[in-house]
Amino acid sequence: MSTVTLRDIHKTYVDAEVIIGVDLDINDGEFVVFVGPSGCGKSTLLRMIAGLEEITSGDLLIDGERMNDVPPDKRGLAMVFQTYALYPHMTVAENMAFSLRLAGMPKAKRYERAKEVARILQLEPLLDRKPRALSGGQRQRVAIGRALVRNPKVFLFDEPLSNLDAALRVQMRIELASLHDSLQSTMIYVTHDQVEAMTLADKIVVLQGGVIEQVGSPLELYHHPRNLFVAGFIGSPKMNFLPVTVTAVNDFGTTVSLPGEASVTIPVKPGYVSIGDRATLGIRPEHLQIEPNHAELTGEVLVVERLGGETFLYVKIMGGDTLTIQTNGDNTSLVHDRVPIAIHGDLCHLFDQQGEAIPKARRHHLTLNESQEQEAHEQSYQPKLNY
Amino acid sequence: MSSTLAVQPNQRTSSKRQVSTLPLVGPSVVVLLIWMIVPLVMTLWFSLQHLNLLNPDNNSFAGLSNYIALLSTPALWISIFNTLVLVGSVLVITIGLGTLLAVLFNEEFWGRSIARLLAIAPFFVMPTVSALIWKNMLMHPVNGLFAYITRSLGFGAIDWFAQYPMLSVILIVSWEWLPFALLILLTAIQSQDDEQVEAARMDGAKSLAIFRFITLPHLGRAIAVLAMIETIFFLTIFAEIFVTTSGGPGLATTNLAYFIYLRALFEFDVGGASAAGLLAVILANIVAIFLMRIVARNLDV
Ligand SMILES: Nc1ncnc2c1ncn2[C@@H]1O[C@H](COP(=O)(O)OP(=O)(O)OP(=O)(O)O)[C@@H](O)[C@H]1O
Ligand SMILES: [Mg+2]
Repeated sequence: MSTVTLRDIHKTYVDAEVIIGVDLDINDGEFVVFVGPSGCGKSTLLRMIAGLEEITSGDLLIDGERMNDVPPDKRGLAMVFQTYALYPHMTVAENMAFSLRLAGMPKAKRYERAKEVARILQLEPLLDRKPRALSGGQRQRVAIGRALVRNPKVFLFDEPLSNLDAALRVQMRIELASLHDSLQSTMIYVTHDQVEAMTLADKIVVLQGGVIEQVGSPLELYHHPRNLFVAGFIGSPKMNFLPVTVTAVNDFGTTVSLPGEASVTIPVKPGYVSIGDRATLGIRPEHLQIEPNHAELTGEVLVVERLGGETFLYVKIMGGDTLTIQTNGDNTSLVHDRVPIAIHGDLCHLFDQQGEAIPKARRHHLTLNESQEQEAHEQSYQPKLNY
Repeated sequence: MSSTLAVQPNQRTSSKRQVSTLPLVGPSVVVLLIWMIVPLVMTLWFSLQHLNLLNPDNNSFAGLSNYIALLSTPALWISIFNTLVLVGSVLVITIGLGTLLAVLFNEEFWGRSIARLLAIAPFFVMPTVSALIWKNMLMHPVNGLFAYITRSLGFGAIDWFAQYPMLSVILIVSWEWLPFALLILLTAIQSQDDEQVEAARMDGAKSLAIFRFITLPHLGRAIAVLAMIETIFFLTIFAEIFVTTSGGPGLATTNLAYFIYLRALFEFDVGGASAAGLLAVILANIVAIFLMRIVARNLDV
């Protein structure tokens, strides 16, 4: 059992508050990923959990015990650093066994343990090498091994794969996933990489400017982003946003008028916006379709990016907005073509003037078990609108 | 030499470049060779001569007799011993204390930049001047600060240069060279990877263990280089001894450099001094070989 709980955590440096009240519950065995733009405080938060950075105020609980003033090595955590931070003058085995050596374990026993871990990570032939003589991926594995040796309750990773090349990153990502599956221990992982976040996480925490924007499963964030920031941050290429005006509201959905004459009806709950309000419609590039028959919009293609398997079209529509459309690799559109674009209301997201998402009438079928949490959010969200 | 710089497909241009660079490099090579070889050969030549400036007409070929006389002088062995003691102790003191200070000055504290500046200042004082300061203002048995302090505490005064001559010289040289050691080690310590230290903290290392297992190995290279540079200078310490003890009392602080000076300029025995000089070269080479080995091993992390 190892849970991590953050209660109203703040971090203030001399001149700035960089973490502004973070509350978070991390359950036993969960793989939690922190994402957010650069400088949002991901590393700071992780380092506070690790004990490398002092917590200005708030409580950090690990397994229910307050850990604010416990030194890093007594928290039962292990951390993997972005630059690996291997000890350059020690061999791989010594690197991995260093914590055991400090703990006073006899030499034979700690090398036995290092060997055991090396076997899991396929590092056995490298045990006597110095880090200098290893490739980036091998160093990364040693760093993970050094964490594994200690048998920690919680693993912390700060952008562990960002120094690796693309192919190796994919491989290590898969290894990490299977490692988590076999260890079943709690892991907290900081990354910039969308794909890492989506594929590894049980739970993604989206941070911005020192506050949590949303916590949820990858699909929850994808299908039910809470606000414009999360909607724009999760998914690649970025979600398209269009300014719209509300023309009708009923139980089945809210109808909004698009630039031009067309309108779409989005199945969201009533009561959040009223007729005449300005709102923002969001739709992902992969949900836009080129359909000559019933197109809501037409636009001029500005740029075509062909990736082989798929093609991205950047299309300028009436009103001056640019939409990104993802179509299949065989699409024949050329620059300056005019293309008809279909917008399906049930794939759209609607955001009110404050940028908050209006809850969908029905939840996506893969995120149903999270509906209680969502319910709680909606209740906390409701009073805001009544002001 | 130039052809390695210029990757040119045309063989002729590259050979033309070689021809045109040689006259440019040549003079400096020749001057350097003369600079090195001529004094060495002259010293070698003098060391094989009976040549005393008190009686310059009476010079004759001496063969190895200068060396034999020299090697049978107990003063030579004493001065070699003194040289090694001096070099060894100052190395230990400057590197040991320098490492501690470097660790200290790497920490954040109020007024750190001023403290760093002050700690480095002694390096800019000329050896003769600093020796004079130590001799007349600090260690003087009557006027010195140390004597004043010990007297006011009721212990009486110590006549440093009479009672502890070698220790006094060691103290003075250490004071002069500590800033240099600090400077080198501080820059080395600043290049240490913070994440390594943090990883060690996560692994359960306390400050002492971090110093022992992370910082010290990181400094190994700098320490080796520092030891080599310092040794080169410490083998030839002269001004401090000349100003303070003049090699005495007796031979207590006569090192090899001072011994050669005594031979050449007190006894005017050019032949003997030259022979001693060559012995000093050999000694320096022996020390250098040992040091190079240590450094080479350290550089190969
Ligand atoms: N020692 C410090 N003193 C003052 N401000 C700091 C300090 N360390 C970090 N910050 C600030 O705290 C904020 C959060 O930094 P942090 O390193 O946590 O960002 P991050 O989310 O990890 O960014 P990245 O994705 O680029 O790694 C930044 O604005 C940074 O400037
Ligand atoms: Mg970071």
